[in-house]
Amino acid sequence: MTPKMAQIQTPAVAANVRTAARENDNANVKASKISVENLDFFYGKSQALYGISLDIREREVMAFIGPSGCGKSTFLRTLNRMNDTIPGARVEGSVLIDRQNVYAPGTDVVSLRRKVGMVFQKSNPFPKSIFENVAYGVRINRMARNNADLSDRVEKALTDAALWDEVKDRLKSSAFGLSGGQQQRLCIARALAIEPEVILMDEPASALDPIATQKIEELIVELKKNYTIVIVTHNMQQAARVSDKTSFFLLGKLIETNDTSKMFTKPDEKLTEDYITGRFG
Amino acid sequence: MENIAERIEANFAAESKSRGRRKLISGVMTSLTAACAIFVVGLLLVILGYIAVRGAASLNLQFLIDTPKPVGEGGGIGNAILGSFLMTGVASLIGLPVGVAAGVYLAEYGDGWFGRIVRFVADTMTGIPSIIVGIFVFTIFVLPMGRQSGLAGSIALAIIMIPIVARTTEEMVRLVPKAMREAALALGAPHWRVTCDIVLPAAKSGIATGAMLAIARVSGETAPLLFTALNSRFYNFHLDQPMASLTVQIYNYATGPFEIEWQMAWAATLILMLLILIINVAVRYLTRKRY
Repeated sequence: MTPKMAQIQTPAVAANVRTAARENDNANVKASKISVENLDFFYGKSQALYGISLDIREREVMAFIGPSGCGKSTFLRTLNRMNDTIPGARVEGSVLIDRQNVYAPGTDVVSLRRKVGMVFQKSNPFPKSIFENVAYGVRINRMARNNADLSDRVEKALTDAALWDEVKDRLKSSAFGLSGGQQQRLCIARALAIEPEVILMDEPASALDPIATQKIEELIVELKKNYTIVIVTHNMQQAARVSDKTSFFLLGKLIETNDTSKMFTKPDEKLTEDYITGRFG
Repeated sequence: MENIAERIEANFAAESKSRGRRKLISGVMTSLTAACAIFVVGLLLVILGYIAVRGAASLNLQFLIDTPKPVGEGGGIGNAILGSFLMTGVASLIGLPVGVAAGVYLAEYGDGWFGRIVRFVADTMTGIPSIIVGIFVFTIFVLPMGRQSGLAGSIALAIIMIPIVARTTEEMVRLVPKAMREAALALGAPHWRVTCDIVLPAAKSGIATGAMLAIARVSGETAPLLFTALNSRFYNFHLDQPMASLTVQIYNYATGPFEIEWQMAWAATLILMLLILIINVAVRYLTRKRY
């Protein structure tokens, strides 16, 4: 480990040492945003994740790849405690976001989810107008000072999600009237409206056609400037296009985390190489 | 070679024989199910047609407005229509909120042992003969109060409505996609807000359908009203007094000794049928609106 890297390490992010030590670049190292330490996850009696340790740094895009059922979506959903809603789900280990353990007793799940937004695989707008879809999170979190402020926030979120120009004349009409790609960008706008710091995306483009997918990918690259993004994807080209770091999951274990460019050219692990070259999975 | 040719021929013969059999069975079964379907629809049409023909004969405006009079002096079902509307209305005021709230509870929080018990009791209650509900309300409400009343009748109808509304509401709330709830939860909405803001609006047309069907069901009930609301010969807006209803009035006319009373029973039946038909059409209209 170089001295420069040692400086930015803190005891709270010990996992950083392991990941960072593998990295060759020590320039431009950003602070760790999410730090997962030895995480196990159980659905009732069956274990879905085994000892995951991982670091995600601020304003970086982290992609999770791996075959279906390998636990990448489950892992993603432990980061904002969405798995809490599943009966019998149990977590061991810790997830630190800004050095706060989100599984510590007394954690406010509502404020956690406000900080860690989420976009789902299938676009899931509410049965409300386009405006109300984006405004909902702002309303329940009491973020707007008045109606004008609310409208401003909705406009900003829709603009950031690259949807404003397409919907500005029909904000009052139903969200279901939008195309699939537009609905997914609406869901991104809805997540952006509550000003999160991290955005989790669970295969956000898997149900979209190539053009809509391209728009989402461009959006991710744009959003990276302000947000930390974690994206699950089945599409390895997509991971290669949008992410800075890639993690490979297999059968509930984290096999390898590496710089995306290295991951897809010269991965450290044999299993990763087999997977990305299509030898299994 | 010859052996093979023989075998192929034998195969063909066997196949065409079994194919004939298959076609025959298929034809018989199709005709049988079609006949049953025609029988069901035909029976309904015969009933509706017979009631329409018999009822229309003695139907006029005066009949719809008048109160019952001694035999031979005309008379009508005006007060009975009013009573039916009042009691069904009050029953809905009691039964719908309780039923909907119970259904939401079952769907959102009812996964434990308590929910299972409530669900079982509701299912059992749906199957209880309605006259038992009438006797029950008679015992715990009419006897202490000292007389039959429109309110007692409404309570009996509400008791019949609650389990129906609760179970249909539960089904409808469960139909709301999980993805929609998760979207709201992921925005930091607490459970109760997800239920109020997202789930209930998404399920509202289904819930309304269930409510309308429950109203249609109780507006055709006679048995629970016999002991509870009794009957009345007058226009009555007082819920603490005995109250007339269409169904009990039909029962009274139909069991009377005179031909003219039977005709009035037919006419009243037609009116009741039309009212329930209107409710059912309204239900269809509401369900049509969801896609």
